[in-house]
Amino acid sequence: MAEIDKPMLLEWYRQMFLIRQFENQCDVLYKEKKITGVYMHLYSGLEATGVGALAALRPSDHVITAYRDHGIALARGMDPKVAMAEMMGKRTGCSGGKGGSMHLASREHNFWGGYAIVGGHLPLAAGIALESRYNGKDDVVLSFIGDGATNNGYFHEAVNLSAVWDLPVVWLIENNGYGMGTPVEVASGQPELHKRAVAYGIKDMGRVDGQNVVDVYNVVTKAVEYARKKGPVLIESLTYRYKGHGVSDRSYDKLAELRDWQQKDPILVLQDYLCKHFECIEEELKDIERAEMAAVHAAVEFAEDSEAPTYEDLISHIYVEE
Amino acid sequence: MADKNMPMREALRMALREEMIRDERVFVMGEEVGAWQGTHRVTRGFLEEFGEKRVRDTPISEMAIAGAAVGAAMAGLRPVAEIMTINFAFLSLDAIVNHAAKIHYMFNGQFRVPMVIRAASGWGDQATATHSHTPEPIFAHFPGLYVGCPATPRDAKGMLKAAIRDDNPVLFTESIALYPKPGFVPEEDDFVLPIGKADIKREGRHVTLVTYARGVEWSLQAAEQLAKEGVECEVVDLRWLRPLDTATVFESFQKTNRCVVVEESLPYYSVGSEIAAQIQEHMFDYMDAPVKRVSAMDVPLPYAREIELMALPNAQKVVDAVREII
Repeated sequence: MAEIDKPMLLEWYRQMFLIRQFENQCDVLYKEKKITGVYMHLYSGLEATGVGALAALRPSDHVITAYRDHGIALARGMDPKVAMAEMMGKRTGCSGGKGGSMHLASREHNFWGGYAIVGGHLPLAAGIALESRYNGKDDVVLSFIGDGATNNGYFHEAVNLSAVWDLPVVWLIENNGYGMGTPVEVASGQPELHKRAVAYGIKDMGRVDGQNVVDVYNVVTKAVEYARKKGPVLIESLTYRYKGHGVSDRSYDKLAELRDWQQKDPILVLQDYLCKHFECIEEELKDIERAEMAAVHAAVEFAEDSEAPTYEDLISHIYVEE
Repeated sequence: MADKNMPMREALRMALREEMIRDERVFVMGEEVGAWQGTHRVTRGFLEEFGEKRVRDTPISEMAIAGAAVGAAMAGLRPVAEIMTINFAFLSLDAIVNHAAKIHYMFNGQFRVPMVIRAASGWGDQATATHSHTPEPIFAHFPGLYVGCPATPRDAKGMLKAAIRDDNPVLFTESIALYPKPGFVPEEDDFVLPIGKADIKREGRHVTLVTYARGVEWSLQAAEQLAKEGVECEVVDLRWLRPLDTATVFESFQKTNRCVVVEESLPYYSVGSEIAAQIQEHMFDYMDAPVKRVSAMDVPLPYAREIELMALPNAQKVVDAVREII
């Protein structure tokens, strides 16, 4: 495991701050009707899970997630400009304006996309991991799973397949407490979701504090090593979504609960950690914040200046044709 | 090389085996494809010849079979996934329709999904309501997917090879009733039939019978009988429901001006519905009679032989339909 040093911590701070800014900006743009459509699921509050987990991967490893995908895309290195252009449905977006908020992807980053049918991407993760084994590579797949997805058949079938085929998958449950509006305890007979690993005979790496990027990085690093050498692993990250399920849905009426979670905000947790370990770091953090605010501003400008897709785009890539 | 007489299951096996030899990326996965030698014996001997890496038995997990094939295909392999019968593919529908068929488009061409799902289809063996489906039109509804349905051993080989070599996802159905039916098959490795090209199985000038898969046999039998009465039927085997070769259908119709669609599937929202709509829309000036449809009866399939057969199309029903418009 790489020693966690100051440049790494600052890079994680940068990514988390970027994601928070990006999501706040999306929220504003949605209210201004510059981002349209009925679906947009913000990653605010979950930054430490995505950033910490992706930091444990190498570039040749693979990442796949569900529809709450903006943070994953940005942490994997997608240019905020092409991410924002996709949000606004522009042809300069990562998916040419055809995917939108829920379908960001970047082949060059081995980010295999955000998927909008709950659980639908889980067997895809298994299949991508199969290619790695099939061709004698040691790349792993990191598959994010919402807590809600652990209750549908895709979870059962995909995790079981990864077990019987010894596939190199890190199954990382982002337990943010709710599947849409239904609390985990209401939806799951076993609300300690990591314990599902036992049922499939795969490695259970327990629960991690999803608000703490260092903790997430440490456990996912171990999980990735295990998956690379042996087989599938299940981890549960405990976190919270600040903005509710999606923009079309009612937000929380649980303000006390939200305030509790904001006390352990992942960005604040990292800030505290940095200030405790490094003297006079405040100015460096301010510089990072200024740079990332400028990056998000530039992304919005880029997206606003970009063209909408055309009729040619509408009818292209339905099939591979050559 | 001379053509060799063999049943359709052997033609499919030959195609699959040749493609596995030709391309290391091609592998098969599915329930009972390995140690059990394939429920329909299409992968007989494969485990011994190609090993466990390329002949992968799966749990009974239709969602994961189709979904893992999608992921493997995106990552650069060329999976041929077997869903034991098409009846179980309803469980795979999301992976096929929402993922295999959409991913290339949804991410603007960043990923390709070169996969084939093979599934046995059809009825007539008292398999009852849940095991007697021919739902090919449901899959053909969606852009992004190709749907192939061979009628002869020769076509089965050439079409399956085309499906495996193509970079798009293909749903490939094989009529259970046709597996044992023999026919002459080219032994050449490079015998590949183009995707989306229909085939005239019999020429005629009075009525066009548009059909596919098992309907070809009923249509040819009907044409034989009608020929004795001086009525010459042209039998157009679509072979592919997507892409749909309307050009060949229209060309035949311009000659005959009459059409009967013969299908094993249910009548509502079917291939018959689509062909009838296409003809009235594009061939109105050539129409001398309404387009007739010979389909399965619009009922769930029962067990008892006597009433099951009442619901199944057959050559006599095709003859009757032709007589109505001649």
